[in-house]
Amino acid sequence: MATTKHTIVVLVEDRPGVLNRVVSLFRRRGFNIESLAVGHSETPGLSRMIIVVDGATTAVEQVRKQLDKLIEVVKVTDISEDNLVARELALIKVESGPSTRSEIMQITDIFRANILDVASDSIVIEVTGDDDKVGSLIELLRGFGIIELARTGRIAMTRGTIGPLLKQGISKQRKSNGQRVADSR
Amino acid sequence: MRMNGAQMLCQSLINEGVEVVFGYPGGAILPLYDVLPQYPQLRHILVRHEQGAAHAADGYARATGKAGVCFATSGPGACNLVTGIASAHLDSSPVIAITAQVARHFIGKDAFQEIDIIGITVPITKHNYQVSRVEDMAKVFKEAFHIATTGRPGPVLIDVPRDVFTDEAAFAYPARVNLAGYCPTVQGHPLQIKKAARLINEAKRPAIIAGRGVIISKAYQELKELAEKAQVPVVTTFLGISCFPESHVLSFGMLGVHGMAYANLAVDAADLIIAIGMRFDDRATAKVSGFAPHAQIIHIDIDPAEIGKNLKVSVPIVGDIKNVLQSLNKQIEGSGDRGQGSEDCQLPTGDCRLGWIRQIEEWRREHPSTVIRETEQLLPQYVIQKIHQVTAGRATIVTGVGQHQMWSAQHYCYDKPNSLISSGGLGTMGFELPAAVGAKVGLPDDCVWCVAGDGGFQMTVQELATIVQDDIAVKIAILNNGYLGMVRQWQEMFYGRRYVATPLSGPDFVKLAEAYGLPALRVRSKAEVIPAIQQAMDHPGPFLIDFVVEPEENVYPMVAPGAAITEMIESPVEKVEFGSKPRDISNL
Repeated sequence: MATTKHTIVVLVEDRPGVLNRVVSLFRRRGFNIESLAVGHSETPGLSRMIIVVDGATTAVEQVRKQLDKLIEVVKVTDISEDNLVARELALIKVESGPSTRSEIMQITDIFRANILDVASDSIVIEVTGDDDKVGSLIELLRGFGIIELARTGRIAMTRGTIGPLLKQGISKQRKSNGQRVADSR
Repeated sequence: MRMNGAQMLCQSLINEGVEVVFGYPGGAILPLYDVLPQYPQLRHILVRHEQGAAHAADGYARATGKAGVCFATSGPGACNLVTGIASAHLDSSPVIAITAQVARHFIGKDAFQEIDIIGITVPITKHNYQVSRVEDMAKVFKEAFHIATTGRPGPVLIDVPRDVFTDEAAFAYPARVNLAGYCPTVQGHPLQIKKAARLINEAKRPAIIAGRGVIISKAYQELKELAEKAQVPVVTTFLGISCFPESHVLSFGMLGVHGMAYANLAVDAADLIIAIGMRFDDRATAKVSGFAPHAQIIHIDIDPAEIGKNLKVSVPIVGDIKNVLQSLNKQIEGSGDRGQGSEDCQLPTGDCRLGWIRQIEEWRREHPSTVIRETEQLLPQYVIQKIHQVTAGRATIVTGVGQHQMWSAQHYCYDKPNSLISSGGLGTMGFELPAAVGAKVGLPDDCVWCVAGDGGFQMTVQELATIVQDDIAVKIAILNNGYLGMVRQWQEMFYGRRYVATPLSGPDFVKLAEAYGLPALRVRSKAEVIPAIQQAMDHPGPFLIDFVVEPEENVYPMVAPGAAITEMIESPVEKVEFGSKPRDISNL
């Protein structure tokens, strides 16, 4: 399943309407977005969007080329699965009473997640990790009753010294020599 | 120099070399119209509907290769541009559409005549801008013209809030643009060009499919050189018509759903397709999975996103056509002793390309495709042939969409570069008359013929008033068959002859023309055709001819929806001897 997922990093000019242009492009070309996250980049005036698309349902090469045609898109990179670090954050509000609270807290510990809020009948948990980790925790908590769930979508970058993406030409995309650090779950 | 926003806008247009603007005033755009008399270099042509302004700007742009400009007011004015902008977008035409917007403090309040034209036109423009500060005006215009006219051209819309027109600031027009995210690739990749040259040199049955990119890039000479040097037959897409002289011995007409049978057969049998400035549109390929099954494909286009979009290609080359062909031609092995009428002309591979060309010529004889039946009735195709005859092929033909469009493509022989202007991608009925206005204004010394159907003509007929008011000497030929002909043809062929909503009454076009103040004639018989066309040509101003033609004539050949390009329905008429003299290919 992981092999069909593509993480597309889009560096855009930080102007009103840019998000609309990107999203409108996906809609009208029939591309499916799995997740999308936007925020400022390292360069003032530029934002970075991280878009995850499923290669099984969407022609990723077309996505890349069509995005590149947007005037306000400065650079598009499809970063391969094995060469990136990726994280997503989720906030999960779970039903919990005196009988279940400690069990939920144990699970939270195992996942190195944080508890942000405890109320008499609920707990808010913050978890950071890759899609699998966040997904597993959500599945485990489902049994207790999830009241509310919010996920940021994936943000990602390549390993090693490749970036910053803006300053390097497309031709300079070389393989990272950086040591792979084991993901800490 | 201090100016207000409206003055800056006009000065920016002048700096970009704009001479004419097609527009329609209204409330929000009044401050702009108010300063127009200060700029007599800008000729304003008042249209009768904003759609006409956009099509006229488009026609002007296609005819001249320069950006065409149109004005519309906010709200409904801007909305009425949409069809015209979309037509320009799909056919890569550089239109600058300028719309007024309600004043800034009203934006987002659903004010009178407020509409989010930026949101509406995101999918149908190459880019669009809202000028939120008067200080940005010059920069926006510099960028807009650059974006519209370079790379793959396309429309750019600029939305200006009413109060930005009246704000003042210092004006300095930038010398260059600085767009980090826009840098079209002009030069083709040398390695890919080398690969392409090798394939061309080795191919046994190569065929060129040339599209509108050749016209946009003005690569007529380069294409001719490639075809002649390598001796490759040339077929064109619909919008590629007139990028290569159709009377040339290597020209085999238009391919596609209504293409020449021999063009389709050639593409089907080819072992190499050299696709130049075209995008494998479904009207050109028909069923894409059955398209050119034996061929490797070289695809040259300036838009990287077109390469591999519809079809897998063997050699992709991104770049400007003129540039790429210049490099490519240097690596093509000249025909040398390849032709000279001898059967044993040698390719590097020891094969003879003359045999291949003779084969297509043979198909042309077996499937003439453009021969029309002998009859006393006035056939629409006959009218087109006679327009070609009387104008000696020197006219610029502007068409609408439907049967008359296809007949114009098939039965006029386009030797003059860029002499067919038509809405190919969007297929916009009503394009013809306003686009002809734009073409004639852009090319005042050319003979511009607007070929219309009686359906589409009624969609933008009000532009007759524009023609008369500004004395735009467009010659108009209506092929009047009393039907929405192409739709009727589909109903006849695929919907059991159930003619639902296609029989069409129209006004008396002659009286209508006269009411607008334009001379007109009605033609019902073959004998009247040439004299009428001649009379229209001799008349110095605009002229309209209403040709009452055979009502149920069909366009052939035709490929049924979903069928492959070779599964052509050909004219049911008895095969006739090839009318004109078979072309002499002995000195290829």
